[in-house]
Amino acid sequence: MWAITRLLAGKDLRVEMRSRVIINQVVPFAALMMVMFAFALDSDTVLARVAPGLVWLAAMFSLLVIVQRSFALEAADGALDALRVAGANAGGIFLGKALALAAQLAVLEVILLGAALVLYNSHIVGSGIALLVGTYFTATAGLAFVGTLYGGLAVGAKGRETLLPLLMLPVVAPVLIGATRATEAALGTNGATATDGWPWVGLLTLFAVVFGVGGTLSFGSLIDE
Amino acid sequence: MNPLINMDTRATSTRFTSALGLATLIGLGWLAVFGLFLSPNDRVQKTGVRILYIHVPSAWLAYLAFVVTGLASAGYLWKRTRSLTLDRIAGASAEVGVLFMGITLVSGSLWGKISWGTYWTWDSRLTTTAFLFVTYIGYLAVRDLGGSHEQRARRSGVLALLALVEVPLVHFSVRWWRPLHQQESVAKGKLSDLMLFTLFVGLVSFTLLYVWLVMHRQRVAALDDMVDDGGLDRALADRRSEGMP
Repeated sequence: MWAITRLLAGKDLRVEMRSRVIINQVVPFAALMMVMFAFALDSDTVLARVAPGLVWLAAMFSLLVIVQRSFALEAADGALDALRVAGANAGGIFLGKALALAAQLAVLEVILLGAALVLYNSHIVGSGIALLVGTYFTATAGLAFVGTLYGGLAVGAKGRETLLPLLMLPVVAPVLIGATRATEAALGTNGATATDGWPWVGLLTLFAVVFGVGGTLSFGSLIDE
Repeated sequence: MNPLINMDTRATSTRFTSALGLATLIGLGWLAVFGLFLSPNDRVQKTGVRILYIHVPSAWLAYLAFVVTGLASAGYLWKRTRSLTLDRIAGASAEVGVLFMGITLVSGSLWGKISWGTYWTWDSRLTTTAFLFVTYIGYLAVRDLGGSHEQRARRSGVLALLALVEVPLVHFSVRWWRPLHQQESVAKGKLSDLMLFTLFVGLVSFTLLYVWLVMHRQRVAALDDMVDDGGLDRALADRRSEGMP
């Protein structure tokens, strides 16, 4: 199982290294969103206040695009079916796809957070760095697991582009709430302090574990024909 | 002869469902009489309190429906009880559940406007309900994705179980996010006896309605599946008979 995980994650990242779709298309899209938020909200004080939420909202919309891309690769030429026929463990496929997705998302989130710091004039509180890192890892893991799970569900189906957001966004709502609150604490938004944020990291961890385990176990039934 | 050819003469009702349908109608008639005329006005909410008799039973019915969907899906996924009937019950139940969850949301926000002065608050119960609604709309969309019946059953079965995992997570995170929520009035004993009785009539007749709807819907789904299965044979038979005098 772990060998499949490593191979598949390596394969996905290699595809990205060569095609540069995420770097050339999704990252600019995410940055554009951060600029558009500023147009829509039109006030420096409001922007500084809602910056953590906007970072995660943009991350989620970008996730949708990345998941589409990740599974479009597998749907082409029936690659996913071929993997299963070759005897690849379904849990391994799930973890491999999730790992590659998490790596791409992680890069994107750093850029989004950087954009918030630069464009929205946010600051990281000194004691908030550990919290921010904790939030970053747990939220990314949760998002990647859910993305892989629902991406796999919709793969190969007609109309998956429109179905995926409907299925996925309600599920990742707890991540949006938790990650936003924890990031607010790390950035000291609204007078929140770093200690306020840790319980939310607990929620994010729980979320990631639930969907990680659930996805590993159920992925086979979702993708098999 | 292919039984599908004459299928349009088959109905989905049996003696049991007819009796059940009749009982449901009587129950709903009772509910209308008690809810609109016999039950008293509330001291504060005046006649607005009567929304209760639609709102609470439809919320109950929707939750019941989603629990049944979850159980039937688990039943399908468990190898020893696997049958497409269970999958169709899950689908039928989810459809009815979505309908009544919609009624719950609309009646609830109307009632909210009367009693709290606002259509919506970010209360955890309301928000979870809205998420349930959307989640099961997604579930129904997944059922329509196509593929074999077994594939549909497996996909949607896993999805229904995932929804059962998702709902508590959403509920608790929203509750933590905005920790205000209104008290349950039944538990606090604010309702008069006649109000409670009317509510009880509502719960019973809506439950009957639920069983009746799901039975019919399940049978229609079974016929749908049969048409799918026999689709090619039927088309061939139709085509052949065209040439005959």
